Amino acid sequence: MSNDQVENAVTVKNVYKNYGDVEALRDLSLEFPKGQLTSLLGPSGCGKTTLLKIIAGLLPATQGEVLVNGQQVNKPGPDRAFVFQDFALMPWASVIRNVAFGLELRGVNKSERESIAIKYIKDVGLTGFEHSYPHELSGGMRQRVGLARALSVDSPVLLMDEPFSAVDEQTRRKFQEDLLNLVKNENKTFIFVTHSIEEAVYVSDQVALLLPRPSRVSEIIKPSSFKNKDINSIRKDSEYLDTVERIWKSLRSYVE
Amino acid sequence: MLSRSFFLKILSGALIFGAWEFAGRTGVNYALPTFLESMKALIDMTISGLIFKAYADTLRPLVVGVLISAFIGIGIGVWVGLSEKFDWLISPIFIIMQAAPLAALIPLLIMAYGIGLTSKVFVVCIMAMPVIVLNTSVAVKNTPSSVKEMARSFLGSRKDVILKIIIPSASPVIFAGLRLGVSAGFIGAILAELKITPTGVGDIISYSRMTADYPSMYAAIFSIILLAVIFLNILEKIEDVLFKGNNQGYIS
Ligand SMILES: Nc1ncnc2c1ncn2[C@@H]1O[C@H](COP(=O)(O)OP(=O)(O)O)[C@@H](O)[C@H]1O
Ligand SMILES: [Mg+2]
Repeated sequence: MSNDQVENAVTVKNVYKNYGDVEALRDLSLEFPKGQLTSLLGPSGCGKTTLLKIIAGLLPATQGEVLVNGQQVNKPGPDRAFVFQDFALMPWASVIRNVAFGLELRGVNKSERESIAIKYIKDVGLTGFEHSYPHELSGGMRQRVGLARALSVDSPVLLMDEPFSAVDEQTRRKFQEDLLNLVKNENKTFIFVTHSIEEAVYVSDQVALLLPRPSRVSEIIKPSSFKNKDINSIRKDSEYLDTVERIWKSLRSYVE
Repeated sequence: MLSRSFFLKILSGALIFGAWEFAGRTGVNYALPTFLESMKALIDMTISGLIFKAYADTLRPLVVGVLISAFIGIGIGVWVGLSEKFDWLISPIFIIMQAAPLAALIPLLIMAYGIGLTSKVFVVCIMAMPVIVLNTSVAVKNTPSSVKEMARSFLGSRKDVILKIIIPSASPVIFAGLRLGVSAGFIGAILAELKITPTGVGDIISYSRMTADYPSMYAAIFSIILLAVIFLNILEKIEDVLFKGNNQGYIS
């Protein structure tokens, strides 16, 4: 078979999505290289969440197909884990049960899934809050619970829908750095939705710019790797600023 | 916190009983005994064992009716909440049941089921079930779709989504419906005894009214309210234990 399977964790081929009369996606194709972080960047309402949910198998495409590791998918599978924009935590369950919920649904026994959950709770910096309830946590902490839940099922593909939109700027920067570490250490494929150009350029291996509805990919930009540069100087790096400027110019023509 | 709410309950009780005592003493109505007279009558009934015999009769249709209403009501409510088709089919029945004047239905029930336990259980169910069904179905329908979607994305089956997401999410509103249903069931049980055949507590009420023994009549009414309050408190405790995080969960 083609080496497509080896290189791309996820391939979206000619996908259309209509909500009744609303045409959200039109003939969208995009490849997500294995082990890399791809951002979906576009104006609000352009169909980023729709695309992510189609890849997740939560929504059917009207037409077209999604391949994960070369296999066509049309429903959720163990190879993909979702981080929801609104966290989607269970308010009646403690942090540890929320984090372990993906494993609970897979039938992993309680002691095993809790020990896995404890590890990821520690990784996202929530040790000590295992038995707290979501209403006792800040927005940023809840988002980390959602992230730990997605990590604990150990799927090779992580789908993240604006995961940092509900947190303050400082926390957001901290999260971005944590995310870069994850990409480096976890060898997973990340599909990351954002509407922040700076964020996309900072964390991504490739940025897919989406057009306003009906959405297609207008441009793919591969920011040169800033990963090896000193974290504190990247935001002042001229190449970084140039890339941000270039994306902003592309997007501005649609916004206006 | 607990002692404060307990204190407030005692205070509100004292206020109500004080007002009752006051109204009884000033003679608002010749048929209204004072609180203390009624309590004395209640103690007399307790000592003579009359009240226990009465409750042995009253509790049977009440418990049977409330249990049927709770299990079938929640079952139907979940089902209606999950399926639009059954919503159209079933919901109107319960809305009519809730609005129908029960007194008008009782003769029909007697014709169909006689004057025995069955008719009384029906009265309790007619009172208790609609609010349980309607609350349950609304709560099920209002389950946040993002949490359901989350469960699906982590490979939850339809059964997982219902048992692990929809039911816990709906449980505060289901329990609220259960509390209202149980209160209505108490009213239904007494109504059945007043309108169908005088037995149990209903018999004490109608007999003592006939003999103008108003303290006994109010003692019986008081005892049923007391029982309802105790029962509702137990239900609340059960809910607290079952769904610890839910109480504040939705205020985010
Ligand atoms: N369930 C739905 N029914 C109808 N229209 C929808 C639905 N979900 C999304 N849309 C529409 O599809 C478009 C894309 O939505 P979405 O994918 O949420 O955009 P984004 O995540 O980029 O903000 C929007 O115009 C939105 O109004
Ligand atoms: Mg979105």
